[in-house]
Amino acid sequence: MKHRVEERDGAIIVAFEGDVDLEHSPKARTALLDSVGRSNRVIVDMSAVSYIDSSGIASMVEAYQNARKEGKGFVLAAVSEPAMRVLGLARLDKVFTICATVEDGMK
Amino acid sequence: MTAQHADIAGGEELRLGEHLLEMRFDARPDILKTIRDRVREAAGKCGFGSNDAHDLVIAVDEACQNIIRHAYKGRGGDAVLEILRDDDSIIVLLHDFADPVDLGKIKPRSLDDVRPGGLGTHFIRAVMDEVDYLEPPAGVRGNLLRLAKHLPEDKKDKDGKRE
Repeated sequence: MKHRVEERDGAIIVAFEGDVDLEHSPKARTALLDSVGRSNRVIVDMSAVSYIDSSGIASMVEAYQNARKEGKGFVLAAVSEPAMRVLGLARLDKVFTICATVEDGMK
Repeated sequence: MTAQHADIAGGEELRLGEHLLEMRFDARPDILKTIRDRVREAAGKCGFGSNDAHDLVIAVDEACQNIIRHAYKGRGGDAVLEILRDDDSIIVLLHDFADPVDLGKIKPRSLDDVRPGGLGTHFIRAVMDEVDYLEPPAGVRGNLLRLAKHLPEDKKDKDGKRE
């Protein structure tokens, strides 16, 4: 897994690429929690996520809950098909705000 | 190909069907990608489409994670993954040699309770047709998980013939 953090127009975009699995989810968790701590709006670009497991999903949920607690925005954007399947299995597709594109998530 | 026997623990044999994969591994996070690739390949050999193959990968990956995190508590340890095909299902056997886990504690949690963690068991049950913990062969310690997923209709054995 690779990830990239970009600040744009007051928001932080965290883009993941590859497999967000048990081996890499600690790094994903740190990136997400750090971004939520630094910005009022975090957009997670999931277009290049080839696989995500329950540990990766747990990182997303934790960051989402931290953001909500602090009244901040937390959006998943351009979610890839494999990632959407896992979100659906966890019924989290009804919990997260999911946007079709990163640009939509910026609005 | 002919039916073979699964020798899951070096002990008793179970007659199960056509062997697609046998893999002994050290249960650590860095092995998971290799396991996913091998499971996807086995699913393809059985005729599963990409969505069903992905579901099978999810289940095996999460089951392996349970071994890594709960059975061996992150310290690593031996495990064996076998994948077989019988007349109408793909069967996964996953054996670890850790202390037996308390099956009463392996429960999927309510999805209404939105919190990090606890989803792996739910995923396994959601995507597989059968999930069973079996007794390991006599004299062999550990935990033995059996998962089964029905083959696509046009890949099942009909009157002894595969289509």
